[in-house]
Amino acid sequence: MSEYEKIKKEKKEWEEKKLNKFLEKAPERKEEFKNSTGEVERVYTPQEDIEDKYVNEIGFPGQYPFTRGVYPTMYRGRLWTMRQYAGFGTAEESNKRYKYLLEQGQTGLSVAFDLPTQIGYDSDDEMSIGEVGKVGVAIDTLKDMEILFDGIPLEKVSTSMTINAPAAVLLAMYIAVAEKQGVSKEKLRGTIQNDILKEYIARGTYIYPPESSMRLITDIFEYCSDEVPKWNTISISGYHIREAGSDAVQEVAFTIADGIEYVKKAIEAGLDVDKFGRRLSFFFNAHNDLLEEVAKFRAARRIWAKVMKEKFDAKKEKSMRLRFHTQTGGSTLTAQQPDNNIVRVAIQTLAAVLGGTQSLHTNSRDEALSLPTEDSVRIALRTQQIVAHESGVTKTIDPLAGSHYVEKLTDEIEEQVWEYIDKIEELGGMTKAIEKGYVQKEIQDSAYDYQKEIENKERIVVGVNKYQIDKEPESDILKVNPKLREVQIDRIEKVKKKRDSKKVEQKLAELKNAAEGSDNLMPYIIDAVKEYATLGEICNTLRDVFGEYEESIVL
Amino acid sequence: MDIENKILEGSPRHLARAISMVENNSPQKEEIIDALYPKTGNALIIGVTGSPGSGKSTLVDKILKNELKKDQKIGVIAVDPSSPFSGGALLGDRIRMQKHSGNPNIFIRSMASRGHLGGISAATSDVTKLLDAAGYNLIIIETIGVGQTEVEIIELADIILLTMAPGMGDDIQAMKAGIMEIGDVFVVNKKDKDGADKVKKELDYVLDIKYHDNPENKNPIKMVSALNNEGIEELMNSVYNYINKLKKQGKWEDKRKTKIKKELKKIFSKKIHELMDIHINYTEKLDDWVKLLMNKEEKPYSLINKELKSFIKESEIL
Amino acid sequence: MSDKKIRILIGKPGLDGHDRGAKYIARALKDAGYEVIYTGLRQTPQSIVNTAIQEDVDFVGLSLLSGAHNSLFPKIVELLKENDAEDIIVFGGGVIPEDDIPNLKKQGVEEIFTPGTPIKDVVDFIESKREKVGK
Repeated sequence: MSEYEKIKKEKKEWEEKKLNKFLEKAPERKEEFKNSTGEVERVYTPQEDIEDKYVNEIGFPGQYPFTRGVYPTMYRGRLWTMRQYAGFGTAEESNKRYKYLLEQGQTGLSVAFDLPTQIGYDSDDEMSIGEVGKVGVAIDTLKDMEILFDGIPLEKVSTSMTINAPAAVLLAMYIAVAEKQGVSKEKLRGTIQNDILKEYIARGTYIYPPESSMRLITDIFEYCSDEVPKWNTISISGYHIREAGSDAVQEVAFTIADGIEYVKKAIEAGLDVDKFGRRLSFFFNAHNDLLEEVAKFRAARRIWAKVMKEKFDAKKEKSMRLRFHTQTGGSTLTAQQPDNNIVRVAIQTLAAVLGGTQSLHTNSRDEALSLPTEDSVRIALRTQQIVAHESGVTKTIDPLAGSHYVEKLTDEIEEQVWEYIDKIEELGGMTKAIEKGYVQKEIQDSAYDYQKEIENKERIVVGVNKYQIDKEPESDILKVNPKLREVQIDRIEKVKKKRDSKKVEQKLAELKNAAEGSDNLMPYIIDAVKEYATLGEICNTLRDVFGEYEESIVL
Repeated sequence: MDIENKILEGSPRHLARAISMVENNSPQKEEIIDALYPKTGNALIIGVTGSPGSGKSTLVDKILKNELKKDQKIGVIAVDPSSPFSGGALLGDRIRMQKHSGNPNIFIRSMASRGHLGGISAATSDVTKLLDAAGYNLIIIETIGVGQTEVEIIELADIILLTMAPGMGDDIQAMKAGIMEIGDVFVVNKKDKDGADKVKKELDYVLDIKYHDNPENKNPIKMVSALNNEGIEELMNSVYNYINKLKKQGKWEDKRKTKIKKELKKIFSKKIHELMDIHINYTEKLDDWVKLLMNKEEKPYSLINKELKSFIKESEIL
Repeated sequence: MSDKKIRILIGKPGLDGHDRGAKYIARALKDAGYEVIYTGLRQTPQSIVNTAIQEDVDFVGLSLLSGAHNSLFPKIVELLKENDAEDIIVFGGGVIPEDDIPNLKKQGVEEIFTPGTPIKDVVDFIESKREKVGK
């Protein structure tokens, strides 16, 4: 009898002799325990073929299929990058916050832009009323960008920018600021999110229709692989898909399916998969179901490695590594008893670290109420530092490997993700699936079920549907100056007076021309920002050529 | 009454109010409709029907865009189903037309079916009259789009666009009898997708057989891509040509007469039904009748005939 | 035989693309038996008001997570008034600090629902106004 059969037999005996008697006297709390893959078993035991599949499916860190991590030494070599997403108000205020965070031991910058910037409107546009500087910093021209990074040495920090539809413009501005600081493009390190597909699916800051958006993205891939080689040209994001209400399986499935679509387009555009493949990065969410989250990260790595190797025939291991940033789950934070969020974030931090993340943003306790205060941001950063230096989980790599539950769950997530990927391929790929509203509908349904579970108390959220208190404590919140729009408008006017408007017009006309043709647009955009063309002027020039995307949702 | 004048003056607020009264079957309904009736008959009413996912809302949006160029005032009625469980409804068709909602020449109204079968709601017909009287000279009705049973739109619209798209199971074989009959102009949407040509070919084939002896009456088939705004102008041209042809053949007038006839029949039987209910009180009596039949103390036809006779004898109902 | 239904517009003013809450509330209100109209993203105050009028709704529910509520919510109330539609009841939800609520109410927003509010509270609110809206 094999070891596996022996255990199976023993388990059966245990169930009959021990468990069933016990259950008669003391039934369990629920009929069924569930996670996003389905029912969770009472106890997990070793899998049948574990010896055979160890080498192929689990393997070693830094080696295909990277289930255990993308580097051979992981946190024993270098801790993850602690990177707090920040930005609000004017460039001056954000610049101050960045300097504070760097002083507190943060190791990378992460820039949040306000919504007008993310959708390509200047602060003086009518659409921007009420929104300027609210969820991030307002950037209208290169001038704002110069102020934003004033006194921050761009050759030393790595900067992540959460920007999608106008990613090319903000990257162009970053390159231009660096040039003014005397830093060459080759030295720049950082990431632009540049993931338009998830904007259509989940986040909503799109501008152009898919085809033109995809062209901008492949233009960036191509430009950077020659000119800005250390730059991560895309951060394929499951974070927002999860925030929109998907479950863990869908988060991985739709993110990988987005990734597949980008790689397809880049290859169609004539790029070499092993050249741009290594600059692709990912961005995931970390929720409270600790073990499921760890399994999710492990499964994602394994699936992506297989996708790149088997589907796209990548030859270099670097192209197969799924490197990812993590942010703790914004939608898991509660407005009620906000200090409880510190505990949630700590659990989620552990999930990300045990899952092998390359960088991490920890949310602040007050983010369900408003932008975080400086105190809250510090606690969030300290949470990472405590996990890094005190918890001990960084001493060995992928410490949960071999857990019967975690390995089984990793397999199950992978299996269900492949089912989704196949389904999306059947629909004609991710762009088509989005146009049909299929992906949005899947997420919507999960979100609805999740919320219903909370309403019915099948799912307990501490402080929200159980353990409530009558009077919520008052908390400090950060307020953004409501007059900010005027400040920005004033600055735009000054810049416009000072710049050479003939040259601006000429550069915009050249950009338009290029957009109508097939040239790579990056050099044209860089030329335009250097002449202080505004973000809105550049985006509108492209709007004229590309048109605008219309939301496709299925209710 | 004040509200009628306000509607004629073009107040969207009052028009919207009146639509609700019609929808809610409020006591003022008949008075309002009758007062405005002399002002109706000027609008062209286009029905847009077809299976879910064939792109009806997007098509309507693009028709709006196209027709606005011609200085038209356009009213849209978009019908979505009510939930049979809660009675509620989630009306989302207008999302795709929402960019027009600032335009004073466009009035969009979402309606829930409220249990009415046939792809529209019971009030849709009266709502078209309100829009017509309010000066909307083009009225587009987007049906629910469940397919086979949506024949009621014929009684309402002057002309019907039957929308199809490849990959939606819209091949001719899959179509139930009847649905082909209601289309005046056939629209093959998503023409850039694989299979669009095949849908058109099959349609051609079926219509060729149908109009074998009088090919001049064959319905137009138009290929469009609503999403990319392609083929819309051509589609609308063929709609207007089709109408002109009907007018020349004298069929237009017949069509409108048939419409009025059907509507009168409907109002008549509804009224009778209501009267019966009030005077015989039959919904209440039903339970007793059921008992009688269960015990075989009565027979269905003789029972009903008896009740009707006594009703007519006693009636001073009008 | 009048058959009155409460009609509710769920609108997303401003630029924020987080529609999870708006879509949830729209669907949940449908399940509670109301007729719900949903606008989609990026609506200007004017288009929300035009929609509310054309659809003859009894309530307008606004969802906003970007922090622009202090300027956009009162603007919508004001435009409704300008269009003789001040009887339409406006409520809001999203990431809205406690401190801002009194001021929003003073400017005519009837109720604010902060994150974590059970749907039952929203339904109770609507039912409490049933008579007021004549349904």
